[in-house]
Amino acid sequence: MTVLHPAPRFTLIDGLKDTLSTALGGHLLDAHDEHGELLFTVRRDAIEDVLRILRDEHGYQQLMEIAGVDYPSREERFEVVYMLLSLTKNSRIMVKCTASEDTPVPTVTTLWPNAGWLEREVFDLYGVLFDGNTDLRRILTDYGFEGHPFRKDFPLTGYTELRYSEDEKRVVYEPVELAQDLRQFDFMSPWEGADYVLPGDEKANTPPVDDPKVTEKPSDTGAGAKADKEAAEKVSAGAPAEEETGKDAPPPPEPTEDREGRPARDGKTTDTAEATEPKDGKDA
Amino acid sequence: MSMQLEQSPTTGDEVISNYTINFGPQHPAAHGVLRMVMELDGEIIERVDPHVGLLHRGTEKLIEHKTYLQALPYFDRLDYCSPLCMEHSYVLAIEKLLNVEVPERAQYLRVLFAELTRICNHFLNIGAHVMDVGAMTPNLWVFELREDCMNFFERVSGARMHSAYFRPGGVHQDAPEKLLVDIGEWLDTRLPELFGDAMSLVLDNRIFKQRNVDIAHVSRDDAIAWGFSGPMIRAAGIPWDLRKSQPYDVYDRMEFDIPVGTNSDCYDRFVVRVKEVYESAKIIKQCLAQMPSGPIASDDRKVAPPKRGEMKQSMEALIHHFKLYTEGFHVPAGEVYVATESPKGEFGVYLVSDGSNKPYRCKIRPTAFSHLQAMDFMCKGHMLPDATAILGAIDVVFGECDR
Repeated sequence: MTVLHPAPRFTLIDGLKDTLSTALGGHLLDAHDEHGELLFTVRRDAIEDVLRILRDEHGYQQLMEIAGVDYPSREERFEVVYMLLSLTKNSRIMVKCTASEDTPVPTVTTLWPNAGWLEREVFDLYGVLFDGNTDLRRILTDYGFEGHPFRKDFPLTGYTELRYSEDEKRVVYEPVELAQDLRQFDFMSPWEGADYVLPGDEKANTPPVDDPKVTEKPSDTGAGAKADKEAAEKVSAGAPAEEETGKDAPPPPEPTEDREGRPARDGKTTDTAEATEPKDGKDA
Repeated sequence: MSMQLEQSPTTGDEVISNYTINFGPQHPAAHGVLRMVMELDGEIIERVDPHVGLLHRGTEKLIEHKTYLQALPYFDRLDYCSPLCMEHSYVLAIEKLLNVEVPERAQYLRVLFAELTRICNHFLNIGAHVMDVGAMTPNLWVFELREDCMNFFERVSGARMHSAYFRPGGVHQDAPEKLLVDIGEWLDTRLPELFGDAMSLVLDNRIFKQRNVDIAHVSRDDAIAWGFSGPMIRAAGIPWDLRKSQPYDVYDRMEFDIPVGTNSDCYDRFVVRVKEVYESAKIIKQCLAQMPSGPIASDDRKVAPPKRGEMKQSMEALIHHFKLYTEGFHVPAGEVYVATESPKGEFGVYLVSDGSNKPYRCKIRPTAFSHLQAMDFMCKGHMLPDATAILGAIDVVFGECDR
């Protein structure tokens, strides 16, 4: 694929995928090259060995990042992705392994001291455990926070909110109460991927009928004297003005000016013609 | 002759124990909401445990609930001292997944304003750093220059700080000719004068050097092992700059030098930043000289919106506009890690797309995480007031660190 985008151009080493795949041997589960990124999936229990091989023998000196990703539908729902950078070869690769809530990933703090906080973050936000990390405290969430907020099944609004209570003179935690519903719009085109049901959607699934309805005879349509009689019957009481009361309806209001072809006005209504029709014929 | 150690007046049956203090979360030198639990032996720091996350807003989770374009302004709010450099990583990550071509003028504009952001960011850090160690005047002077930068950002995007100017496929609007002329003039007159004056007060200042030279020395190996990047790794003598080694946009056409330190202390980190301001000015001048005219956003209407005038004439354009601003564009499934050289170091975005109009996962690699984590070993054995100098030289902003 021709590269059109202006994203960072690091060195793409020929045959790097094969070289590293051979080097990782039995630890490797999958290697693929997509969007110009090299991705290696390795066995979880071998992650430390894999990264040690890559660091010591292949010049990936820096661990830039550890990212967690949650795929709830998978058997082992979490992915832990390690971004490695080689300063000498000017190359980047990603190495990942999978984990679930109760299968700890071996720590890599033994290889890079900065892995400590990165693992703490993945633990805090996803609940992935790191075996051997001696300081696996929460890092980004509040002191005493419960749950792992970046899991896909954790609601965006969270479960608790906090405010300063004037009565108790301290910050108090309360269940989340939203003044209005959280505005979540799904702008996906209904032809692709919308999984909600709109009113009327159920009609789309009505099975086709065997005998199509025809209107060739009057009896098919139900028209005739009987239907006419039913139609003449009042369904509900009419509006008050429509009801027959025997009295004349109130007359229309008196006009406020004299008009040609109308009887002269009586009563005391004021003529407002001057206001709307200037006498001298000029525009006001 | 036997040596006799002088008995300390307090030793004997009294036991002196280390004591622990809280530095922050509300401390002017903590550059935001950083809480550091420090164990002190007298005034010597024995151990530092930085507690971060007090500004955690769940940006990455919020991004998962927004379309690609709607998520862009969150990046301005990460490192609010260099908003455009944050956007840069994100738009490049999207473009890498889409493999969309970006017109030349847009690439030049991005580089220009990313460098202006770098200057702006370094001004703030330089000013804050000298103020942390006791000098007042330079900070006020560089703030005046920073105000000029803010005006430039406002003139190009309409916003002083949260610009949301870089867009997938290009930039939002073209820069007016007069603005580019003014930036060029500013680089020739105001910047060297005022900045030169301010730095002449600091660089050879005896007190400033006493507070910074030989403070927090980090060896090259340590800098690599701890995942340092940006000025922190360059001060350690490693000429590593992503703009040079992994060029993005039109950085490969720019000529500039990478300043490196020799002693890897707080003073070197400071000087590296000062030199980088001049290098950035060089890059901006080259951008101004080379910038071609032409479109400023991709002509792929499935990614970049049509011009407003076009929308009044063409039904097709109107539909594209409507679809882009409601549904947004779909990004092919896949995952990329794109890192750019932000003023503070390597700022990366790990973007996972499932083929829909929203990111499945957007992991942000903050620069501050590695650097702040190293506070413990950088501070060990230094005096308590050195902690502020070390922190100032890291250049940490909590919007980005805590996300």
